[in-house]
Order: sequence, then structure tokens, then C-alpha cells
Amino acid sequence: MAKPDSLQGSLDLLVLKILSRRPGLHGYAIMAAVGELSGDVLRAEEGSLYPALHRMEEAGWIRAEWIRKDTGRRARIYELTAAGRKQLAAEEARWHTATSAVNRILRTV
Amino acid sequence: MSLWSRIVNVFHGDRLNREIEEELESHLAEAVAQGRDPQEARRALGRAVQQQQQSHDVKVVGWVDALRADLIFGWRQLRRNKVTSVAAILSLALPIGACTSAFRLIDALLLRPLPVAHPEQLYVLSRQGTGFDNKPGEWDSWAYPDFQLMRAAAKDQAELIALSYADRADVTYKTTAETEKATLQYVSGSMFSTFAIQPALGRLFTDKDDREVGAAPYVVLSYDYWARRFGRDSHVLRRSVNIGGAAYQVIGVSEKKFTGTEPGTVIDLFVPVMMHRFALRSDATWLRTLAIVPPDVAVEPLRAKLAAVDHAFESDRLRGETGLAPETLRNVLDNRLRMEPAPAGVSGTQKEYRHALVAIGVLVMMVLLIACANVANLMTAQAAARGREMALRVSLGAGRRRLVQMVLMESALLAFPAAAGGAVFAWWSAPFVVSMINPPDNPVRLILPADWKVLGFGLALTLVVVLLFGLLPALRASSVRPSVILKGGDDPHSRQRLMNAMIAVQVAFCFLVLFIAGLFVATFHRLSNQPTGFSTDRILLLETTARPAQSSVSWDQVAQQLRSVPGVERVSQAGWALLNGFGWNDAIAVNSGPLTVNLAYFLNVSPGWLETMKIPLLSGRDFLENDTYPEAAIVNQTFARTFLNDENPVGRSFEKTADDGKRERLVVVGVARDADYSSIRDPMLPVVFVPFHHRDQGAPVDEGTFIVRTSSPNPLALASTLRREVSRARSPFYVSTVRTQLELKQAQTIRERLLATLAFFFGAVALLLAGVGLYGVLNYSVQQREREIGIRLALGAQLSHVIRQVAVGISLAVIVGAFAGLVLGLASQRFVQSLLYQVNATDVGVVALPWLMILVVLSIAAIPAILRAIQVDPVTMLRAD
Repeated sequence: MAKPDSLQGSLDLLVLKILSRRPGLHGYAIMAAVGELSGDVLRAEEGSLYPALHRMEEAGWIRAEWIRKDTGRRARIYELTAAGRKQLAAEEARWHTATSAVNRILRTV
Repeated sequence: MSLWSRIVNVFHGDRLNREIEEELESHLAEAVAQGRDPQEARRALGRAVQQQQQSHDVKVVGWVDALRADLIFGWRQLRRNKVTSVAAILSLALPIGACTSAFRLIDALLLRPLPVAHPEQLYVLSRQGTGFDNKPGEWDSWAYPDFQLMRAAAKDQAELIALSYADRADVTYKTTAETEKATLQYVSGSMFSTFAIQPALGRLFTDKDDREVGAAPYVVLSYDYWARRFGRDSHVLRRSVNIGGAAYQVIGVSEKKFTGTEPGTVIDLFVPVMMHRFALRSDATWLRTLAIVPPDVAVEPLRAKLAAVDHAFESDRLRGETGLAPETLRNVLDNRLRMEPAPAGVSGTQKEYRHALVAIGVLVMMVLLIACANVANLMTAQAAARGREMALRVSLGAGRRRLVQMVLMESALLAFPAAAGGAVFAWWSAPFVVSMINPPDNPVRLILPADWKVLGFGLALTLVVVLLFGLLPALRASSVRPSVILKGGDDPHSRQRLMNAMIAVQVAFCFLVLFIAGLFVATFHRLSNQPTGFSTDRILLLETTARPAQSSVSWDQVAQQLRSVPGVERVSQAGWALLNGFGWNDAIAVNSGPLTVNLAYFLNVSPGWLETMKIPLLSGRDFLENDTYPEAAIVNQTFARTFLNDENPVGRSFEKTADDGKRERLVVVGVARDADYSSIRDPMLPVVFVPFHHRDQGAPVDEGTFIVRTSSPNPLALASTLRREVSRARSPFYVSTVRTQLELKQAQTIRERLLATLAFFFGAVALLLAGVGLYGVLNYSVQQREREIGIRLALGAQLSHVIRQVAVGISLAVIVGAFAGLVLGLASQRFVQSLLYQVNATDVGVVALPWLMILVVLSIAAIPAILRAIQVDPVTMLRAD
């Protein structure tokens, strides 16, 4: 199954949603969470995840912080900002509108 | 991420890359820890480099990154052409600095609001019309009783404040032997509270200090004086100080920011206005009136009300006046009262230097434009040389905006160091110019703050300069067509046209600067070389005070004592020195006729004074020891011509009105040659010399001047000896000021000297810049056409013909520019007319000289290019490329 493109523009929404539930995740944990929560159906590619994180950080939706983990290695963890919460609500609404429209089409045709 | 942090990111690109790398490393470690295969995890990270690049792009603003690149590239360009870059920076720095300096001076003297509450509500009262001397003018001096009436009339609408003209006064803190000078101003008690000025120490004046004449013998020191004279010693309070023979007590120090209301003068001592000796005199005008008008009060009705009060006061006062012609009185009463906004304060320095500073400001602006044209030509030439580089950039996909940005960045790289250099120049030159305004004993002191306003002006000026010289070359550079240039040929003529236009502009402004400079230099030359009618050679003036006032016999004894001092050749006495600005005028009546409208000017002098001043006696005799006032008189030629029909005046008589209203009769005993009286600029005045001795031998005299001719060429060498000798001769006498007659004469041309010096300097700079500019353009155009010249020569063209070909466009530009400059010059002449003296813009010399200078300089500048053209070798040229 060709997974990389299966997220199709919903990556931002997923990342925001995950961070709203579990603030303070690093990149790998976010990637793992996408897989875990979707029952391994969805997969966030590293190649799209990090640019997306940096882009959202630049847009001010999330903020990053370096922490030192027990292993001694530094990790960059992310959490939602107020603007991010607003963005999440908007994206969620858009997603519901879109999916219900798609569903309607699937049902009627 | 804020814009700021993004901009910061541009300059921390390396660190950013490291951070992203570390984050990805951390990701990898996590994956391995979770049990994933390291190989597979690393492959998943995949194109890490590209990913990193993408992330980096997000983190920085593209154009800022480009800016940094341009900055570095521009810097390299400038370094490659070190000499031209330094020349461009220097040629810009000087005019930028000069403009900033001119702005500082104009701002400090004319624009900057006084540091008082609501400076925008300040108005100054003046009268405009015909004066007592039957000459038109405007005066802002008032008598205190008149001021009191006006203040009472305006009470509900506006606050009126009386302020005397700042004056140098003799001040003593211990004994009269230690008399020093201080700048004194009499002020209304309400001034400090109205201006919301706080005391730095002690208390300030209040309304209570204005109630009775002589009842408030207090002084307030200015902060500046307190710091300078007393080192901020708080024990200065309650110290006693003697001012003009009366004892005062120091009661406070005013706030630091307040230095008085006269820009150009820093007040040392404030004294209540009711302490002035003329406080009750209706006929002595010695103070300015400032009105503080709240925004809700209309100015015109207030003005009309004050005008009515003043008119009533004046007509009441002049009703009993018998010493002036009825026509004069009518004229004076017709004067119009004016109220002008004065947010920046009022001062004589402002009046005297307003036009001069603006003229200098315009001159330096033109020099700046010349410099801009120069640098623009330089950039255009460079852009031509870089045509291929530009073309290459365009073919590789550089946008036009990107190219404009690049060239502008290079311009900015030239302009900002120039601005920094200019700032240093302005920092030094503004105080230097102020120090050139230095009348003896009373130099101008102008507060010159360097604050955001000056900084803002400098920055704005720099940006304008960048656009002026950078934009045109940038647009041209960016409009290259790669297909043409990369083929190897370009039309150099269009670029040449632009450069020629720049040359025309330069020549026009250069002509204008030289023309105006010529007018100023000629004015100064005429004024300082014009005969005054007397000699300033080796004359020392001892302005002397006697406290208490002494009889004229005592004055004679002091003079006698001075004659015995070695090195003294002659000693005479006069009421005051010629040209020190004082004057005493009166209407006279000839043959018991009506009083004249034109006034005669008087000066009391001792026997021998004419000889000391080397003013020749044309007929009759000098005064004798027993001549007294009012009896004998010596008149000058102008007087004889004006009032006595130029017939032999000796033996004739005329009358003037004394203070008590009686007529006094004076008999002419001699006629002296004309000499300047109070100004070297005024037309010759009708002057009457009268004896120093009064008919009433005991009549006390409190002020006079000993005129000493020394045997040594430097009269000031005797100054301190004579100063001591005066007080030793008789103790009530002391010398208040020592000056030379030469100083007084030179003091009359300070403004003209300043204008001439500055204009000459900037004229030279303009000429130099124009010469350098033309040299650059000619050189460039020959260089561009070397191949063309080579071909022409190879085909048998005459060398002279080829040179003409090159020169014709530029000559045309020079001629057009010079003509435009002439038109501009003639048009601008009326703006500087008030600064000129007996110089006419249509004089042949004034017009021809700039022409000639420009011609000479341009010819010199053209020589290298012509030599280069001559040396073109057709064979070499055709082989190249």
C-alpha cells in the first residue's frame, strides 16, 4: 500500500490535534502517535513532518523547546499556542464539512 | 516566529542548520531506541540535506537572505574599486555633513520650540511702520508702563510677559576690582510659573516680585551659569551680588533646560523687571512683550484690543512732545501693532542670521546635488562596465527588482559610510560656525542638541541621497537586454546622454553656487574695504563707568593720568566709541524754523578727539577746553549739506529741544569730514559733535569712553595696565570693557565674513566636484569609444575631428548647464538681496568670474581624456576584442 501520500493535506490537522491532547511531544513521538492512533493505517513521513512542524512553528501555531532527556540527548518538543488552538478548531470544522460532503456524494450516487 | 527572529535567523544560518540537524539526529536515536532498524530509519530520513534546506527556507525571509548576499557582493564591488569608492564616499560625506550641520543651526536658532509649557501659544508683539527717525521698520521694544496697560487689558484672554533684551552687565561678587561680565535679562515675575519652569535650587520669581519698583532686589541664576561660575555650589543661595551699583541677593537657580527666550544667547542672571532703572519711564522702550494666547482665544480681536490700548498710551505720551516734528508724531502713531507666533523664542541673532543660514543651507544642498550627480555618473559608468555581468544575471533568471535592489544596496553601501563621515563633520562644524559669530565680548552661544530630530534628518537625507544617485543607474542597469549585450555591443549613446544630462545639472548648480559665493565675497570685500572716514589704527577703547557718577572735571583728571602711562600716545574722551551701536538723535530747527523730520545724530567728544580718530577738520576749529554743551558744535559734511544748504556753516547756529522742553542753541565752530557713526552699512548720517563738558560744570557723568592711541601696533598689549590705571587714578572709576576700534569695525561685518568664508569654501568644493565629475565622464566616454575612434582613425579621419565628435555633446551640456545656472542665479538674487551690500548681480564681474572659473577647471579636467583619445592606436584597437 502506498502510504506516503495518504495524509493528503490533513497532516497539519493531525499534528495539531495530537499536540492539543498530548502537549510536549517530539517529532518522532508525533510520528509514532499518528501511526498508533490510526491503527497503523496512516503514516506521517519524516520528509513531510519536519518541514510541516517548522512551518507551523513559523506561523505561530506551535512553539518548540529544547529539553534534555534521561538519555542525555537533547530533544525538541512541541506544544500548541493559542493561535494553534484557533487554527485547530478551524481545520477540524473544515475537515468535517469536507468529509460529510464526500460522504453525501458516496451515499447518493 | 516574529519577523525579528526571522531576520536574526538570516545571520545565524549556520546555527540554524545545526539545530535542525540535531533535531533529526534526535529523531534517529529515538527511532532506534524504539526498536527500528537503524539502516531503515536512516533511509526514511532520506534526503536529509534537502529536507534541511526546506526547513531552513521556512525559517528565513527570502529577501533578507538576498539582502545579505547583496551586501556581501556590494562590499566586494566597492573593495574592487577602492579609490573610486573612497572618493565617492568622501565627496558625499562633506556635503551630507554640511547639510546636516546647516539643519542643526537652522533648527537650533529658528525652529526648535522653547523648552517651556505650550511654546505653540507664544506670540511676540511688535510695531511696524515709520520710526522716529522717519525710516520704515519693525520694532519689538516696549516701555514698561505701556506693557502694564496692555497686560491689564488682555488679562482675561492672554498672559503677557515682559522680557528685557539680554545684555552684558557688570557684575561684582566681592569688590569692584573684581568686576566681571554676565548676561542679564529682566523678566516678569510670572514668567517662570507661566512657562512651568521649576527651580533647580531655592525659589524663582513670582507675581509678588513685580509689585513695586525696586522692592525685589533678587536674582535667579540660570543653571548653565550656576554650573559654570559656581560649580553647582548650593551655598550660592543668599549670596549678595552687585549689579550696576546696586546690591542683589541670589534666591534661586532655574531649571537646566531653560536658557532664556533668545536663541543665540544663554542668560546668566534673571532679575525682576521692576528692578530696571527705566521701569517707570514711558519714553524708554527696553523690553520685549511675549503673549501666551490659549488656543480658544482668537488672536486678531486680541491684537486689535492691544493695539487700541497702545495707541491710547502713545498718543497720551506724545501729546506734550515738543522735540519732534508733527509729521513724525503722526507717522509714529500710525504704526500698526503686530502679533506674530514665536514658538522658538525671539532674538536679534535670529533676525540677523535667518536669511544667512537659509542661504548657506541652500548652497550646501546644491553642493550635495553636485556630489550626487558625480556619484550617479560613477555608478552609471560602473554599470556600463558591468553590463555583461548584469546580462548574465538576467539570463540566469534574475528579476528586474532583484537587480535594482542589488545596485541600490551598493549605493547604500556608499551612502552610509558617507553619512557617518558627514555626522562627524556636522558634529564638528556646527559649533565651529557658531564660534565664528563672535562679536567682541559677546559671542553667540547657541544650544545645539544632537537628538532624534537631527538624527532623523541625517537618516532621511541619506536615504534621499541613495535614491538620488542610485535609482537612475539601478534602473538602467536592470533594463539590460542580454541578447544585445552578450553579443558584445551596446548602444553607449543612451548612457552617454544620461551622463551628459548629469554634467549639465552639475554645471548649473556649480555656476549657481559660485555666483552666490561671488556675491557674498564681493559684499564682504566692499564692506570691509570701504573707507570709514576715521582711523582704527592703534586705537584702544576703555569703556568706563563711574559709581557714583563724577563731574566731567574728574573725567579729565583720569584722562590726564592715562596720558602719563608709557606707550600711550594720545588720550581723548567721548560719550561712546564710533560704531559701537549707540546713537543719540534729535530733531533740530534751523533759523528758528520748524523742527526737522529727519533727525541729526549727536556725540559728545573732548578737544583733540577728532585728531585722535584722524578725522580731518575741513574748516573752522576744534573744541577748546572751555567749550561746553550746549553752545559750540562741530558738524559733519552731510549735516552741512542736509540742514545748512552747504553754505559755509561756520558761525551759523541751529536749535534742538532739551529734555525740559526748552530750546537749546548751538553754534557751529567747525566742519569735520564725514565719518561712519554707528554703522558702516548705513548711508552717511548728519552728525553733530558737541563738547564733552556740560555747561553746568558739576553735572555728573556716569559713563564714558577713553579713546587711547598707543605707540605700539598692538593696542591690546596695554589693556590691563590702562584698566588698572583708570581705577588707580580715581577710585569711583572702573573700566567695564576694553576693546579696540578695529574690533568694533570688524564686528560690523561678522555676518558677511561668515557668509563669504562659507560660500567661498563650498564654491571651491563645488568647483572641484564638477571638475572631477567631468573628468570621470570624459574619460569614460573616450574609453567607451576607443574602438570607434580607432576605426575612424583607420579610415582616415582627422584626429581633431574625432576629438570634436567626443567633445561636442559634453560641451553642449556644459553650455546648457551654465546658462541654466545663470538663469537660476539671477532668479535667486532677490532672495539673498538683504544679505548683499552694493553688489549687483548684473555686474559683469559677478557673472563672468564663475564662467571663467568653471571654464578653466573643466578645461583642466578634459585634458587627460583628450590625451587618451590622441593616444588611441588604430592597430592595437582593431586587434583587440
